[in-house]
Amino acid sequence: MQKFIQSVLSEIEYQPVRLIEALRKCQGHFHYIPLECIERFAEALHLPRTQIIAVIEFYSFLHLKPQGSYEILISDSITDHMSGQKDLVEYLCQRLQVLPGHLREDGKLSVGLTSCTGLCDQGPAALVNGQAITRLTVDKIDQMAVLIEQNLPVSQWPSAWFWVADNIQRQDFLLSQPIAMGQGLQVAWQRGLAETLTGIEASGLRGRGGAGFKTALKWRFCAETVSAQRYVVCNADEGEPGTFKDRVLLNRYAHQVFEGMTLCAAIIGATQGFLYLRGEYAFLLQDLQNVLASRRQQGLLGANILGHGVNFEIEIRLGAGAYICGEESALIESLEGKPGIPRNRPPYPVTSGYLNQPTVVNNVETFMAAAAIAAYGPESFAALGTSQSAGSKILSISGDCARPGLYEYPFGVSIAQILKDCGAEDVLGVQVGGPSGTFITIEESHRLLAYEDLATGGSFIVFNNSRSIFQIVKNFTDFFAHESCGFCTPCRVGTSLLQKQLDKIVLGHGSAGDVVELERIAGLLRQYSHCGLGQTAANPVLTTLERYPELYQQQLKKISYEPGFDLDAALQVARQMAGRNDAAAHLQQVEE
Amino acid sequence: MANLTIDGQVVGFEPGQTIMEAATAAGIYIPHLCHKPGYTPHGSCKLCSVKVNGRVCSACTFPAADGQQVISQSAELQQDRRHITQLLFVEGNHFCPSCEKTGQCQLQAVAYELKMHDNHFPQFYPQRALDASHPDIVLDHNRCIFCNLCVRASREKDGKNVFGISGRGIHKHLIVNSESGLLKDTQLTVDDAAAHVCPTGAILIRNTAYHVPIGQRLFDHQPISEVSLEHDHGQ
Repeated sequence: MQKFIQSVLSEIEYQPVRLIEALRKCQGHFHYIPLECIERFAEALHLPRTQIIAVIEFYSFLHLKPQGSYEILISDSITDHMSGQKDLVEYLCQRLQVLPGHLREDGKLSVGLTSCTGLCDQGPAALVNGQAITRLTVDKIDQMAVLIEQNLPVSQWPSAWFWVADNIQRQDFLLSQPIAMGQGLQVAWQRGLAETLTGIEASGLRGRGGAGFKTALKWRFCAETVSAQRYVVCNADEGEPGTFKDRVLLNRYAHQVFEGMTLCAAIIGATQGFLYLRGEYAFLLQDLQNVLASRRQQGLLGANILGHGVNFEIEIRLGAGAYICGEESALIESLEGKPGIPRNRPPYPVTSGYLNQPTVVNNVETFMAAAAIAAYGPESFAALGTSQSAGSKILSISGDCARPGLYEYPFGVSIAQILKDCGAEDVLGVQVGGPSGTFITIEESHRLLAYEDLATGGSFIVFNNSRSIFQIVKNFTDFFAHESCGFCTPCRVGTSLLQKQLDKIVLGHGSAGDVVELERIAGLLRQYSHCGLGQTAANPVLTTLERYPELYQQQLKKISYEPGFDLDAALQVARQMAGRNDAAAHLQQVEE
Repeated sequence: MANLTIDGQVVGFEPGQTIMEAATAAGIYIPHLCHKPGYTPHGSCKLCSVKVNGRVCSACTFPAADGQQVISQSAELQQDRRHITQLLFVEGNHFCPSCEKTGQCQLQAVAYELKMHDNHFPQFYPQRALDASHPDIVLDHNRCIFCNLCVRASREKDGKNVFGISGRGIHKHLIVNSESGLLKDTQLTVDDAAAHVCPTGAILIRNTAYHVPIGQRLFDHQPISEVSLEHDHGQ
């Protein structure tokens, strides 16, 4: 173990900011983080051991307790559920004789659930020792079970299982005309960097992560902050359930994304950039490293880029399973090797970001668009879309439709058009922008995709009339409770409370006043949470409550008060211990 | 000197001050638990939520600016602060009558200040441990509200890093810096700032429980709004 720890420390060059990478390696090797690793890392990196433990307990893919040599995680997104995930998990556990969330007695395997893996167009999906498996079936599970019992390493499993499709269904401005390698930078230097920034401003480009902040303004703020060091960060932590566009962009257009980052670096005067890649996309890492290497060879990265005296390097850092790290200040904390807890703002990252230096954080798609605008000029981009939402938007479409995948549209497209194009029939509604976005019914399909109507980071989940609103809302509400970082009171307690209150109503234990109570908790979350996660965590409840008030009311009992606990269920443990199940071992909730 | 208003009252402030600092200096109490003068602001308990030009902000972290209109004592904010306090009560196991911190506890005092008469929300009843390993100090996790004050005190005042907050979401928990995970094996000593900073009864000094009898305790005769301003001015 000594030797392994030493090699890991050398690999991360004894940099505390790369702690998560070191812990990922330990998890991969030992299938947990042994105490000895913690002690040695604390010593070598001069970190309190509490900080290392806090990091391990924060990220879903790191564990203090041993996991199986085969760590199987099944994606728990609503789209996985819609394609039979629940039955598959049951079958898998039965087939492999393991309880979900537990380590099998022989230590060989463990099965757990994980938040959306970004494979919603080809689910049900799973991660086995971090490797993504798509389109899980009973048949695959049977074969998998055999391979596991034969102790065959995951690297030798059938490669077809790990094949991830791009599923690009509709191309527009960005996807149909990728720039040539270096084209954006060359044109930018010909035109002048200041003029290029003015061009990006004129194009009307706004952040593609969903918040919609003006990109040129962000870059300008960062450039104007006096500092010796600045950073460019690409946010590839797309964790919003239903989103997978960045996976495809990085698989197929990585050059252009890196070019956009390099362009930003040249404009703002940064010498170091980071691609923060969500842990679920670890399978993209090697190809991305190759793209970076080829860019270095071509003089598009490294020292004196294209002879213009600009030095810039890009390092890829992997996350380890935490949705909150998509929030830019949490992402920066994670880049620094800490738990992803959003910072207090102000100061904003443009003045105080990575290592408290001015930092631009942009979405994958934003950098890609910036590179295209630099190469082709702002006019053709600005000509697309609406007055407030220029350009195109790439959607990740999944759920009940014939052709899930990536769709690029000019902003201002109607929901009806999108539904028609993806082959959605008998539609109940659409979740636009993921769980933190909005649920709309089919009656609202005239609405437009744009910052001024339905803003979105790209997630677009279609539900047909066979789906239950409560199942959807429950999945999303559970998701937020699981992903809350726990920093602030309203979100830490509120997301769990909302989950309990929703369950009470959905399970038919609600009575008069319980919907009001649900709204009260939702209101606290929305108004007082520290960051966007908590502020939007009640959106699934609120947006469906607004549209289907009668559905919620129907769930309530006709009595005035129903206690928050189930008297009979509370006796279950006692019944088990006493080995009894007769009538006298049961209690009525209300005396008759 | 630049000015802002809090509930209509004009308050001056020095550049770099937060709204909380400006308010305290002017003798205005804004409820808080994770904030303590002299410590790096944390902004996590959210009790000090105020409306600044119509937007909800944490007074303890938000910078004061000229012309800001701050609302702090509205009925809506007081009600929601009461709810946030109730969230803290149901999340842990807080039984004031049997707690030796009663009357000296800021969580309890804030609850009185906000006229909280019940827990309102369903209890979580989490199973949390008691660490009684240390000869001088008891750590009762049941009463921890994750305000982070002991973490900051140990790091910033004592230079020791004895405490840390770990876990995610509702599974957040306080951890201590020793290989065994026990308080007795940490560097914590009874004269550390971290041993005395806890606003609730999570970190208690042994053999001092009832030195001050009930009835003569800090908050027995004075509400936290007054005690807090006197203390914070004095520091």
